[in-house]
Amino acid sequence: MKLNDIFHETYTALSANKARSGLTILGIVIGISSVIAMVSIGTGASASISSRIESLGSNLIQITPGAQRTQGFGASGGRGNAKTLTTADAEAIAKEVANVAAVDAQVSGRYQVTAKGTNTNTSVTGVTSAYLSVRNVEVAEGTFITDAQNNSAAKVAVLGPTTRDDLFGADATDVVGKSVRIKGVEFKVVGITVAKGGTGFQNQDDIIFIPVKSAQRYFSGDQYLSTIAVQASTQEEMTQVQEDITTLLLSRHKISDPAQADFSAMNQNDILSTASSVTSTLTYLLAAIGSISLLVGGIGIMNMMLTTVTERTREIGLRKAIGAKKKDISTQFLAEAVALTVIGGVIGIALGWLIAYVVNLTGLVTTSVSLSSVILAFGVSAVTGIVFGYYPARRAANLNPIEAMRYE
Amino acid sequence: MIKVDNITKTYGSGDMAFQALKGASFTIKEGEFVAIMGPSGSGKSTLMHILGCLDTPTSGSYFLDGKDVSTLDDESLADIRNEKIGFVFQAFNLLPRTTVLRNVMLPLVYAGVPEEEREKRATQALYAAGLTETHFTHKSNEISGGQVQRVAIARALVNNPSLILADEPTGNLDTKTGDIVLATFQKLNKEHGSTIVLITHEPDVAAYAERIITVRDGAIVSDVKNASQKIHAL
Ligand SMILES: Nc1ncnc2c1ncn2[C@@H]1O[C@H](COP(=O)(O)OP(=O)(O)OP(=O)(O)O)[C@@H](O)[C@H]1O
Ligand SMILES: [Mg+2]
Repeated sequence: MKLNDIFHETYTALSANKARSGLTILGIVIGISSVIAMVSIGTGASASISSRIESLGSNLIQITPGAQRTQGFGASGGRGNAKTLTTADAEAIAKEVANVAAVDAQVSGRYQVTAKGTNTNTSVTGVTSAYLSVRNVEVAEGTFITDAQNNSAAKVAVLGPTTRDDLFGADATDVVGKSVRIKGVEFKVVGITVAKGGTGFQNQDDIIFIPVKSAQRYFSGDQYLSTIAVQASTQEEMTQVQEDITTLLLSRHKISDPAQADFSAMNQNDILSTASSVTSTLTYLLAAIGSISLLVGGIGIMNMMLTTVTERTREIGLRKAIGAKKKDISTQFLAEAVALTVIGGVIGIALGWLIAYVVNLTGLVTTSVSLSSVILAFGVSAVTGIVFGYYPARRAANLNPIEAMRYE
Repeated sequence: MIKVDNITKTYGSGDMAFQALKGASFTIKEGEFVAIMGPSGSGKSTLMHILGCLDTPTSGSYFLDGKDVSTLDDESLADIRNEKIGFVFQAFNLLPRTTVLRNVMLPLVYAGVPEEEREKRATQALYAAGLTETHFTHKSNEISGGQVQRVAIARALVNNPSLILADEPTGNLDTKTGDIVLATFQKLNKEHGSTIVLITHEPDVAAYAERIITVRDGAIVSDVKNASQKIHAL
């Protein structure tokens, strides 16, 4: 049989029972579109989580006081409670550890902040000038905190955009130069940072930056730090830098057993890999849900093909009697099954794409339909057709022509 | 062209075994018009299935055009059916929801004949079977029973087979349309020299053939020339 004839037979057979063919195709459409939509949501969610973690800064290693915890998010729980890291530790890291691009020493706390007639409760973070590069922060207006202001413990502040809006109103101009009172102490606003977006875990816009020495002098009253953020020169050196910092701090704190460390050094890559393992599990889960509907669609095809073979038993007998070979019959039925899945696959890909697009519009997740997931879905649909069409097709091909023609 | 020698056919096995053919032998020469007659259950269809390579004998030999076909496998039998034999069945001859023309072309589709040639040959066969162009594009369920049988004859002819086998081709037709179908066979036999084997249990139908083989209980009881062949012109 020629390809043209296979198309002809397939078209005739499928159009003979449009409702049944349509419903079977619908099963595949639902399966394929849910695979595409689910995977795109999953990969979109992973991508946005990764980019959010990366926006915290590049090649970042965070050292926080307190006992070593399991790696990942858990370590941030005790931050700031224990007092073990000092400004001297930060200076030692900058001086003695190789491949360090910048070191930022931080002291943070939440205080009541007031401006003329307004007040808010926000995170006040003492930082050094290095914060800018370590945390990928940009200044929108004015300047950031300078080393000179830090060394003199100047009473200057840089506001995050959300804090500025809270204190001065969203349409306020000329905020730089005005004053705010943090826990009663007056600070002069010297700059505003660019909005980074982000909600939930660590909002980087609702924040006030002041020199770290000012924070120690006016608020914490001691030499301790709540975080040391270190930027390694390159990503490849992060592990080495992390190890060197750990060794240095252990010796400075006179601790011999690393398990007893009174600080924890967390590599940004660790956070990323933990997060991505969580999100990839999520993606697999979503893909599995989609695959189940695809499987159900495949069973629908098998069901339809078996019914068709039974209904057309006499026709198959006649075809064989006038010279159709097993291969001709099995090709014909397999082609019908594959046609159903391919039509369903094409519509399903379009629908999945549309769902991903609509989800994108809602703004919940930035979905991304990858070419590989489209190819995969299309391949899976063709394979589904072959797998679920194979048994009915073989059954048709193996019919004995005489018995088939006698079938009632 | 057909030479069967002591063929038997046993259905089932053990206690359930039933011998439908008990050693039949005969030869049919090219261009003959033979009727195989016998009462119901005598083994006519069984014999026709073997002659038509739809089934193989349990024992004995069957030579078609000098070739022993009793030992061939399914795929080779399919080839022989496609190339050498044209079938007209008692019932269910045509594919439903399919045009007359497409039905007649079907053996050529399986033979791999190019599309343009198919249509030409199918049209010729349809004319030879006494159909006119108005019927060609009708679906097979939109024509009369007599026309169905004639389309089936056209399909049986389309491959220029050496043998046309017809199993009770008039069984579902009234006498008048039956006569037209039988006259069509006669014409093909006279004008095209087609070898025709007609299976029937009615003496009236067998009367159209030039030779009558009678089967009873799986054995051949008579094989005679039909002295009073009924001639019916279209
Ligand atoms: N597939 C089969 N399995 C078992 N027995 C069969 C089978 N086919 C036919 N038979 C038996 O073989 C015998 C001959 O059957 P066959 O169909 O050849 O009869 P026939 O002469 O064509 O009869 P009719 O004129 O009624 O069509 C019958 O007794 C039938 O019961
Ligand atoms: Mg019979």
